[in-house]
Amino acid sequence: MTAVPLPATAPPPWSPLLGRISLEQLPFLHEPIVAVTFVGVILGGIALVGALTYFRLWGYLWKEWFTSVDHKKIGVMYMILGLVMFMRGFADALMMRLQQAMAFNGSDGYLNAHHYDQVFTAHGVIMIFFAAMPFVTGLMNYVVPLQIGARDVSFPFLNNFSFWMTTGGAVLVMASLFLGEFAQTGWLAFPPLSGLAYSPGVGVDYYIWSLQVAGVGTTLSGINLIATIIKMRAPGMTLMRMPVFTWTALCTNVLIVASFPVLTAVLVLLSLDRYVGTNFFTNDFGGSPMMYVNLIWIWGHPEVYILILPIFGVFSEVTSTFSGKRLFGYTSMVYATVVITILSYVVWLHHFFTMGSGASVNSFFGITTMVISIPTGAKLFNWLFTMYRGRIRFDLPMMWTVAFMLTFTIGGMTGVLLAVPPADFVLHNSLFLIAHFHNVIIGGVVFGTFAAINYWWPKAFGFKLNQFWGKVSFWCWVPGFWLAFTPLYIMGLMGVTRRTRVFDDPSLQPYFIVALLGAVLIAAGIGAMVVQYGVSIWKREELKDESGDPWNGRTLEWATSSPPPAYNFAFTPIVHDLDAWEDMKRAGVGRPLDGYRPIHMPSNTGAGVILAGISTALGFALIWHIWWMAGASFVALLVSAIAHTFNYKRDYHIPAEDVAAVEAQRTAQLERLAQNQGAAA
Amino acid sequence: MSDAVHSSGHSAPLPASLTKLGKFWDLNEHDHPEGHSTMLGFWIYLMSDCLIFAMLFAAFGVLGGNYAAGPGPRELFELPLVAVNTSMLLFSSITYGFAMLAMQRGSVSQTQMWLLVTAVFGAAFLSIELYEFSNLIHEGATPQRSAFLSAFFTLVGTHGLHVTFGLIWLFTLVVQVSRKGLIQANKRRLMCLSLFWHFLDVVWIGVFTFVYLMGMLR
Repeated sequence: MTAVPLPATAPPPWSPLLGRISLEQLPFLHEPIVAVTFVGVILGGIALVGALTYFRLWGYLWKEWFTSVDHKKIGVMYMILGLVMFMRGFADALMMRLQQAMAFNGSDGYLNAHHYDQVFTAHGVIMIFFAAMPFVTGLMNYVVPLQIGARDVSFPFLNNFSFWMTTGGAVLVMASLFLGEFAQTGWLAFPPLSGLAYSPGVGVDYYIWSLQVAGVGTTLSGINLIATIIKMRAPGMTLMRMPVFTWTALCTNVLIVASFPVLTAVLVLLSLDRYVGTNFFTNDFGGSPMMYVNLIWIWGHPEVYILILPIFGVFSEVTSTFSGKRLFGYTSMVYATVVITILSYVVWLHHFFTMGSGASVNSFFGITTMVISIPTGAKLFNWLFTMYRGRIRFDLPMMWTVAFMLTFTIGGMTGVLLAVPPADFVLHNSLFLIAHFHNVIIGGVVFGTFAAINYWWPKAFGFKLNQFWGKVSFWCWVPGFWLAFTPLYIMGLMGVTRRTRVFDDPSLQPYFIVALLGAVLIAAGIGAMVVQYGVSIWKREELKDESGDPWNGRTLEWATSSPPPAYNFAFTPIVHDLDAWEDMKRAGVGRPLDGYRPIHMPSNTGAGVILAGISTALGFALIWHIWWMAGASFVALLVSAIAHTFNYKRDYHIPAEDVAAVEAQRTAQLERLAQNQGAAA
Repeated sequence: MSDAVHSSGHSAPLPASLTKLGKFWDLNEHDHPEGHSTMLGFWIYLMSDCLIFAMLFAAFGVLGGNYAAGPGPRELFELPLVAVNTSMLLFSSITYGFAMLAMQRGSVSQTQMWLLVTAVFGAAFLSIELYEFSNLIHEGATPQRSAFLSAFFTLVGTHGLHVTFGLIWLFTLVVQVSRKGLIQANKRRLMCLSLFWHFLDVVWIGVFTFVYLMGMLR
């Protein structure tokens, strides 16, 4: 047996009461950058808490939002979580760009290695798990029940609990900024680097437990949405009459349920290595670090399709609506989605061709990877043919869609380049790879999220988003993206590797400066987006949409008011055609105006917040080895979960009179609108 | 568009528009029956759990031969003990089946009785497993000793943890049945636990075959 190598740094001291927490573990005491951030966050936090207290909003937030089981409110909360974490992840990105643009000609830049390694790890983890995932989960949560004509999801309490678990994971990641450190391993934390021997600190433990806590939420929300889509569709909505977004949501949630348990299991094994001293991924005693890489990518590859599939659905809805046409090739779109779902499981090895699995294994995975571009290509042609001879309206959602089609196609093609194993041997871990996956994730998921926000915002809040600032944001983002990542493509082809902190070759500096300018342009785009939200909320009366159908939509979410009532539809719609709402409009059928019945709805509950809060505390205790707290929170978790099952009264009926009152308001609103339009004409 | 929405008017709708309304809106709707998606949702959860076991089996498949010059299955496993243990779990599945039959008959006391019998078998299974584990650890075959033992303890231990949570759940249900009787919600919960319990049985068959029997052949 070989000797265990010396750890990189000594493990932190431990006390029974506080575990590994000590003054040493407060980075803002000795790192000026973190200190400034810390002061900013503390002041911002105090201002926020003060404002909420001053305006007496805590009770409102608790009753109407935090404990709500309404899928629409949970969807909005997911989007807010995603946006907040997106800002944090973007701050990390800017820091990296600045560091790399500076660290030439003997300069060390402004980030030390310990800090820089945390920044790139946190950037990846946050953007994937706590920005992109909340975005897609939030969109699915908000839109799917409306699109299928349902009143909520199958398991409304579970939905609330899932959201708070995701938030709990995000809280742990954020805590690592000011207490201890985050992992310095890269976003997938490959052992042996992430093992105890080389990462003895709390960084990897933060990584593990934030993902475990959030992962429970993601898995449960996947189960929830599958059951919802299978069981709660409106009468007449056969599978092949489901809106494409709902189809992509179904496939995505199947992927979630079939891949997140793998992540859970592999992180459990890594924790056992770190906490118990087992030998799954160690270099000694028969462990196999390569197994970790395989297992985590068996989750990791489906994960990227979990992110992009619902976004494909968004683009399908947007293209069809803003071209004023039924989607071209609906059936092929559905089949393409299903084929991608299946294929996404047989390509994982392309992430590590260089590991040395042999020519035939590499060829197999290279070919499957190339094959997956076929259904994706079919989708692009479907969108193009939908636009062909359509009456295209270039509102913001459509602008983002066109930007996506151009950007994503190029990203897809560089992906196929990487799928060729010999080429990958040259490009593996180079900036070319970084440019490729940002090309598809920013050009796909991020652009798609912005298209979706601009598209569904009026549904959620009853007023449209400001066009001007939206366009400013668009014209900063899209060129900004290309400015930031084209230099990375070029440098990648020249062999520059990822995650590098300082450079010897001064000829590379201009490329990094251009990339930094791109990032700054993107920052301006994000700023414009924030202004867009602010201005729109400020001028919401001018931007008001009373029709509930501002884009002349085609699917059922546009058949109800904006924002929809708690029960979504006073009467469940009956579906006869693919574009059900378009069908209703064509038939000239209105809403029923009497005969309301009491509506059966789930009750709000604080159990989700409590259980997720305890889980987060448990994660925190495990990170810091505070065993008494871990034991206490585990027992508390068990007891509160059991106590929750003793609550049998989980639903209530909205009385028919209340429904009638809400619907009468809606009727009056529509009458007013009709009169105004008549007057205008 | 808003014209279309209003075409039916709000004062005494005509029969024709009423039929049209009835074509597009469910005017005579009934509540979704309580827990109508629970069985499907629970099945999907079980499949996700199954995937966790699949990963642990895969890890065992990859690492199961890596003894690191330590003891292997033939030196460690006592098949007679494992056979007794397996029978405990199989019996517990049968008795859970009896509990479900009693539930169908609507007999609270018999349901509870069979649940408790199931718990006894389940507890026996766990005790034998813990006895086996402590023996192994005593012999120096700890989870830290080799990748094979890491994978073994994790796979078998994860199954044992599931049985433990199943037992906690079972006792919770015994209390809930005695409080509320065999109401629909409790029947549904008993059905879910039934699925869970039989699922653990199936997983154990895999463990017994793949880890113990095939381990002896290695």
